[in-house]
Amino acid sequence: MGKTLFDKVWDAHVVDTIPNGPQILYIDKHLIHEVTSPQAFNELEARGIPIARPDQIVATADHNTPTVNQHLPVQDPLSRNQLEQLTKNCEKHGITLYGLGHQYNGIVHVMAPELGITQPGMTMVCGDSHTSTHGAFGSIAFGIGTSQVAQVFASQSLLLKKPKSLRVTVNGTLRPGVLPKDVILYIISQIGTNAGTGYFCEYAGNVFQDMSMEGRMTVCNMSIEMGARGGMIAPDQTTFDYIEGKKFAPQGDAFAKAVSYWKTLPTDTDATFDKEYHFDAADIAPMLTYGTNPGMGIKINEHIPETGDMTFEKALEYMNFKGGSQLLDTTINYVFIGSCTNSRIEDFRVAASYVKGKQKAPNVNAWLVPGSQQVVKQLEEEGLVEVFENAGFTLREPGCSACLAMNDDKIPSGEYCVSTSNRNFEGRQGQGSRTILASPLVAAATAIEGKIVDITKTILA
Amino acid sequence: MEKFTTLTTTAIPLPIENIDTDQIIPARFLKATDKKGFGDNVFRDWRYDAEGNLNEEFPLNAPQYATAQILVAGDNFGCGSSREHAAWAIAGYGLKVVISSFFADIFKGNALNNGLLPIQVTPDFLNQLLTCVQENPKTKITVDLENQIVEYIGIYNEQIQKGKESFDIDPYKKVCLINGYDDIDFLVSKKETIEAFEKERMVF
Ligand code: SF4
Repeated sequence: MGKTLFDKVWDAHVVDTIPNGPQILYIDKHLIHEVTSPQAFNELEARGIPIARPDQIVATADHNTPTVNQHLPVQDPLSRNQLEQLTKNCEKHGITLYGLGHQYNGIVHVMAPELGITQPGMTMVCGDSHTSTHGAFGSIAFGIGTSQVAQVFASQSLLLKKPKSLRVTVNGTLRPGVLPKDVILYIISQIGTNAGTGYFCEYAGNVFQDMSMEGRMTVCNMSIEMGARGGMIAPDQTTFDYIEGKKFAPQGDAFAKAVSYWKTLPTDTDATFDKEYHFDAADIAPMLTYGTNPGMGIKINEHIPETGDMTFEKALEYMNFKGGSQLLDTTINYVFIGSCTNSRIEDFRVAASYVKGKQKAPNVNAWLVPGSQQVVKQLEEEGLVEVFENAGFTLREPGCSACLAMNDDKIPSGEYCVSTSNRNFEGRQGQGSRTILASPLVAAATAIEGKIVDITKTILA
Repeated sequence: MEKFTTLTTTAIPLPIENIDTDQIIPARFLKATDKKGFGDNVFRDWRYDAEGNLNEEFPLNAPQYATAQILVAGDNFGCGSSREHAAWAIAGYGLKVVISSFFADIFKGNALNNGLLPIQVTPDFLNQLLTCVQENPKTKITVDLENQIVEYIGIYNEQIQKGKESFDIDPYKKVCLINGYDDIDFLVSKKETIEAFEKERMVF
């Protein structure tokens, strides 16, 4: 029987199988950041175990960093201490760190692909659930807890049970204004937030084949929001073209050799999956979430469902929405374009395409937070900084920012935020904040209009 | 890691579905560089309002549940962020077991790595258990890891209510919990096998 993309990569990394138990999976790349690594470093130190493969670890500072005045010492003492610990730990163990202000610094899931660290056929982990992003390249990439960070430090391996396989196929033509973010929000709204638990997901069909690498990353990023540990897309010419020439990509002959291996990875035609879903691209529209998990999503002009179960009602009460109503025309005072889901150059290009020549609504506080220093550079080179500034926006410095609101970028209690991030949990963007997830295009339109508008009627008509 | 064999205690009911790790421990409490103190902030924004006043209606604050060591929660517990701080917070608060009808993958692994036992039961069993614990906070729950059995007994409506169900656990993880071992010890003991694998593998 044929093998899936996931099988091929997984099987190539199995070191050993414990009878009746888990497998030892070898990890090619381990990404770390300041928040989920300090306890793992401490654990190894306490046990006197050295770091097995420091050269296979890359560190960045992103979760707990300010997005203004990064050249100055970090104000908050706890955050500063956490960042200093990361620097110390990396120095001590010979781990490459792209810290605050470094030209390669950025959100871990934005900077690693940009540098060519992420490659097809690899196993990659990070103490962050959105590590699933890297699956866009045809790698097995997933988030781990801090105990597992310590395990990888100690052995460059993990003990795992092979997950089941799931395939989501979307074929057809996407309608104008429908972005990769809408595709994944639509999928999650249809199958729910735990449909993927216990599974690794492959995205197949022409919709994903036709997507840019940025779009594929947006999709794979949110695999965890349907419960899947990771998502993958078969590597193809788009993947190879993106990687070629990147700093840590194989060069010259090695690249050609790598490509010929990567070409063997896509799922065999006779392979089978434990679970499959099929969707028609024409059914997808620009999406919004109205509740407190990413599965609570509707098309931009749809009505909020009325179901009446307790958890559902609790979510609507938190959001101050009513079943049966629409989100259109809701006044929005906060817009966030950023996070590892939508802070790549393409996301800002699409936002700029709407914003160009217009003015931001006076009631709106818009935070535009690029995913990395490299994205900042691209924005400057392409003249997009000017487009945003002319429209009354300011760009902040890279980091996770209001995606998880660990730093000062918090949405005030009770306020709505139309956000391009990935989680609309209660208080995710600050205590009492109310998050509405959307694409960068919908977010840009909201910032200009000061309320939610049906972009399919305005620009796209 | 602490050993786990059997436990008999009362439980706190939390009949909410999709409890994510941001609720278990909000991001603003993740600035510590050690594992201590997270228990104080478990479910912080449900236990206290924005002004810091205690929410007396929240089960964790109710005196009748103060000595419980088990949390009984709605479906899909622990979804969202991979933060192990969520498991540290629950364990740090003094809880030893979480019972739900479904757990998110990463949380489940994190819990097991910290000696906190996640027990998945059927939706029916969960509903009955939740009702019993809400009706009578003195309901006793016994968890027997060796035999993989969870049972409860309580009285309400002047009748004895009880239930029993077996649960699944990865056999390897069960051995770890019973003996207090963790994966690091095991992986380090496999160093030679891992190094041999590294020599063979394909790298570009
Ligand atoms: S941007 Fe948000 S989701 Fe992404 S890594 Fe940072 S905190 Fe996690």
